[in-house]
Amino acid sequence: MNNLLWLIPVLPLLGFLINGIGNKHIPPAASGWLASLTVLGSFIISAGLFMQLLHDPATVVQADYFQWMNAGAFDLNFGFLVDRLSVIMLLVITGVGFLIHVYSIGYMSHEPDYARYFAYLNLFVFFMLVLVLGSSYVLMFVGWEGVGLCSYLLIGFWFKNQNYNDAAKKAFIMNRIGDLGFLLGMFLIFQTFGSLEYDTVFASASLLPFNEPVLTAITLLLFIGAIGKSAQLPLYTWLPDAMAGPTPVSALIHAATMVTAGIYMVVRSNVLYVMAPFSSEIIAVVGLVTAVMAALIGLKQTDIKKVLAYSTVSQLGFMVVALGTGAYTTALFHVITHAFFKALLFLCAGSVIHAMGGEQDVRRMGGLKKALPVTHFTFLIGTLAIAGAPPFAGFFSKDEILANAYIHSPLMFAVLAITAIITAVYMFRLYFLTFHGTFRGTMHQKDHLHESPATMTVPLIILAVLSTIGGFIGMPEIFHAPHFLNDFMRPVTALADAYKGGHVSHMFEYILIGVTLVILAAVVYLTHKKYVTDGHVPARDSDLVGIQRVLANKFYVDEFFNAVFTRPMDVLSRLSYKWIELGLIDKIVNSFGTVTNGTSSMLRFSQQGNLGYYLFAMVFAIMLMLVYMLVI
Amino acid sequence: MFLFPILGMLVVRLLSDSKSTARAALLLSLVSLADTIWKLSMFNPAGGVQFLFDQYWVENLGISFKFGLDGVGLIMVLLTNALVPLIIYSSFDREIKDFKNYFSLIFLMQFALLGVFSSLDGFLFYVFWELALIPIWFICLLWGGHDRVRITLKFFIYTLSGSLLMLVGLIYLYLQTPGTHSFDINSFYELALNQEQQSWLFWAFFAAFAIKIPIFPFHTWQPDTYTTAPTQGTMLLSGIMLKMGLYGIIRWMLPVIPLGVSEWSWLAILLAVTGIIYSSAMAIAQKDFKRLIAYSSIAHVGLIAAGIFSLNIMGLQGAVYQMISHGVNAVGLFFISDILLHRMKDRTMNEMGGLAHSSRPFAIGFMIILLGSIALPLTNGFIGEFMLLSGLFSVNAWVAMFAGLIVIFGAVYMLRAYQKIMLGAETEASASFIPLTINEKVLIGIISIIIIITGVYPKPLLDIAGPSLQAILNQAGVSI
Repeated sequence: MNNLLWLIPVLPLLGFLINGIGNKHIPPAASGWLASLTVLGSFIISAGLFMQLLHDPATVVQADYFQWMNAGAFDLNFGFLVDRLSVIMLLVITGVGFLIHVYSIGYMSHEPDYARYFAYLNLFVFFMLVLVLGSSYVLMFVGWEGVGLCSYLLIGFWFKNQNYNDAAKKAFIMNRIGDLGFLLGMFLIFQTFGSLEYDTVFASASLLPFNEPVLTAITLLLFIGAIGKSAQLPLYTWLPDAMAGPTPVSALIHAATMVTAGIYMVVRSNVLYVMAPFSSEIIAVVGLVTAVMAALIGLKQTDIKKVLAYSTVSQLGFMVVALGTGAYTTALFHVITHAFFKALLFLCAGSVIHAMGGEQDVRRMGGLKKALPVTHFTFLIGTLAIAGAPPFAGFFSKDEILANAYIHSPLMFAVLAITAIITAVYMFRLYFLTFHGTFRGTMHQKDHLHESPATMTVPLIILAVLSTIGGFIGMPEIFHAPHFLNDFMRPVTALADAYKGGHVSHMFEYILIGVTLVILAAVVYLTHKKYVTDGHVPARDSDLVGIQRVLANKFYVDEFFNAVFTRPMDVLSRLSYKWIELGLIDKIVNSFGTVTNGTSSMLRFSQQGNLGYYLFAMVFAIMLMLVYMLVI
Repeated sequence: MFLFPILGMLVVRLLSDSKSTARAALLLSLVSLADTIWKLSMFNPAGGVQFLFDQYWVENLGISFKFGLDGVGLIMVLLTNALVPLIIYSSFDREIKDFKNYFSLIFLMQFALLGVFSSLDGFLFYVFWELALIPIWFICLLWGGHDRVRITLKFFIYTLSGSLLMLVGLIYLYLQTPGTHSFDINSFYELALNQEQQSWLFWAFFAAFAIKIPIFPFHTWQPDTYTTAPTQGTMLLSGIMLKMGLYGIIRWMLPVIPLGVSEWSWLAILLAVTGIIYSSAMAIAQKDFKRLIAYSSIAHVGLIAAGIFSLNIMGLQGAVYQMISHGVNAVGLFFISDILLHRMKDRTMNEMGGLAHSSRPFAIGFMIILLGSIALPLTNGFIGEFMLLSGLFSVNAWVAMFAGLIVIFGAVYMLRAYQKIMLGAETEASASFIPLTINEKVLIGIISIIIIITGVYPKPLLDIAGPSLQAILNQAGVSI
């Protein structure tokens, strides 16, 4: 399998090239299946690597291909590394990626620009694989920026619409703000350790004293990158806007994979973060605030994709809290389960939108469960999983995050637990509004309601199965089953495990499960009563008052950014162009000319107004000077 | 090396129709490129100055025809000889009046540039330096656009006054050499000037180079000149000519007046970094695409200059690499602007939109060149920018942070421009947009391929310049 390692990213790259160059000459179905098969190929090789690593904890597959950059002491290889962390990411990316590719074949079937879509999707998978395969921070950064580019291209896939293009641009630029932090973090790593390759960096970092300031600086700078990529406060507003892209893109890029790159980065660098408790504290707080705020906003959204988008931001906040509390494997666990159920939810939403002829507003849906039985059932599973109902996947990972938060600080636990309840509320609200009650769309839409084709429903079913059983890879202690993921990841997080604080008591676990069940039941009952029995439909935004209005408008964060950064930057640019550039600097320069002109008009007799003459005079004068110097 | 440009100047006079003249010019410029590639294959990176030619010119003044190439010089020669064919090729499918003179002047320019990059004699360097100004001045003056007389005059006088200060500096150095005096760069190396002498010599040289590059606030000739010059002129200016200034710092300042450089480099970095932010802001305010590229160019070369003045190997290596990348990308971007101008008759971006509907290859090529220019990894721009910022970071983290804003600003104005020009609903302009010709497609394709190849595998070029840069740093023996 080691010899095939390079094929993992290269296969999707080939798919990109074929679809990109072949473009309109390839029949639509062929380009979709070609793209899907390349990802399947990568998945198979990744699975082979996984089996290999499973048997031997010490195995790390490393391959250096060529020297990439060099200058003096700086020497960087273009190389890949597969350890237990990256192999899990590989499986998630290629596995979920493959399902979403297949789904897209059905979803995009009405799209004329089919090959371009699959080319971008393949390119995204390529960069995402480079991100997790790279053996150095620079290579991670290659993937990091590359997925940002693909996200830009796919959000603006329907480029006729300038609003979509604005959303795409916003995503790219906000990510770039984070990327600058990442870059500076890399420079500091190089300055401190003389290398950017993981093995060297981590080996030397573990020798540094605990809480060393430079480690705090490095980890914070890198985390700025994660804030942009994983849509944390304050750089999160691009993610909801990113829903402008085709829905499978939202599922793959803006839920399952790309946005978890920040989490992957911190887990990968856990050696650094363990040694920097101050940074970890900040990370935990950022995650917590993001989780709460996004969940609150999610309560008042009426666009089916926007609700899911805010829930993604919120769930990423959960993962970041796990990182901040030093529970790196737990964060990864939630990355995995979230990839399953959030991809599922988005794909279901896509199926709904597909059936509704492009409609995304839940106020015009309702009662869809009869027309879309498969979508309805799988969406319900996704909802149960994200709400944390046992035994669905989300329950186990969220439970672990909560337990770790409790060890860290009971207050943090309390806030996070409330956020988990809010999650259940907005998700069941969404579920009931969409699938229950009476249909609120147009007659035309009603006549056209149909269940999606098999290419779409089969991926839904597979993801639903994964969302149901995916959590069993991380059983809590009370079930007396081995925690597969913790055991598997031990070689990667050895240092973190050594530093990790205590355990929660079994009693706490039992109470947590019991309370979860009771609260969930209450949430289901209340949302059902409000949205189904009473038939409540959310009001139009303009009718909202007070805090509801603030929530529906997303705390006015976009407006704040516009007023504080975007608009001042434009105005300042225009004004300084007018006043400083043309009005000051250029005036000064020109005034030299004017003064010279004034003087020279007095010396007109020596002037012919002919530039050739000036040139001649200049050369002559130079000669004269030289001769003069020679004489002395 | 000099033979082919001279041959070019003669050959283009012999032919009568514009098509065959352009083809002959392209062919001859490709011969120059082949010659350079042959030199590259012969070159030993660790071997110091090679291909040496030394012949007295004015013996009793100590002036010689001394040419030679170390790794840096060779890279600059490669840049020149690789870009000139692209620049000539970009004129295919365009009506050019008085084409004989046009191509002759381009070859004269190439000749002068090669001289600048290979001279190892101060006086010779100065002669070529000034010689390079003449053809480009004529190109701008005779083939330029709106308000060309005033603008080219300003350009000419501005850069000339800078160069005169450099001449004073060179003559001063000459007079300090022992015995019968000499302009040879080696005798300049051996001078042991004191701090005070080097300090004012710094300003004499810096004035010339800073205006040429241009470094903020000596840049105001640049946007006007770039905008008004014909496309090939702008490409020559931004692709190659401004690198004369950057090259000059590496060759004639670092090793010759290291104490002066080390004394003032903080100020040079400050100006350069201010320029990055300032001209990025200017680029954001532009409505004319060509002018926008002109300002973005100031930001990019500002970063290169800052990297050089970091006085460490990372910054210098990045600077040399970014000179190549910037040259390629600038030619690409100005060609894009030429395609637009040729078809739209109006460069204002607000008047465009939706062009991606009409020409897919154009949209892809533009995107790749844009990505190179905003330094996306796996494009050429990333290699240079990464090393430059890293070099700057080891001088001062805060300065690197401010310089790093180029990463964000670049994305802002470039993506905005792309959105305004290429994206959006179909418009009248996009419906009537004539598809790219074969030649245009090929040129954009070549540039895109170079951008990606040099971004994925920069090693061969880095290896050529590396040892020479290290030698220059050792010779200078200072740090900031």
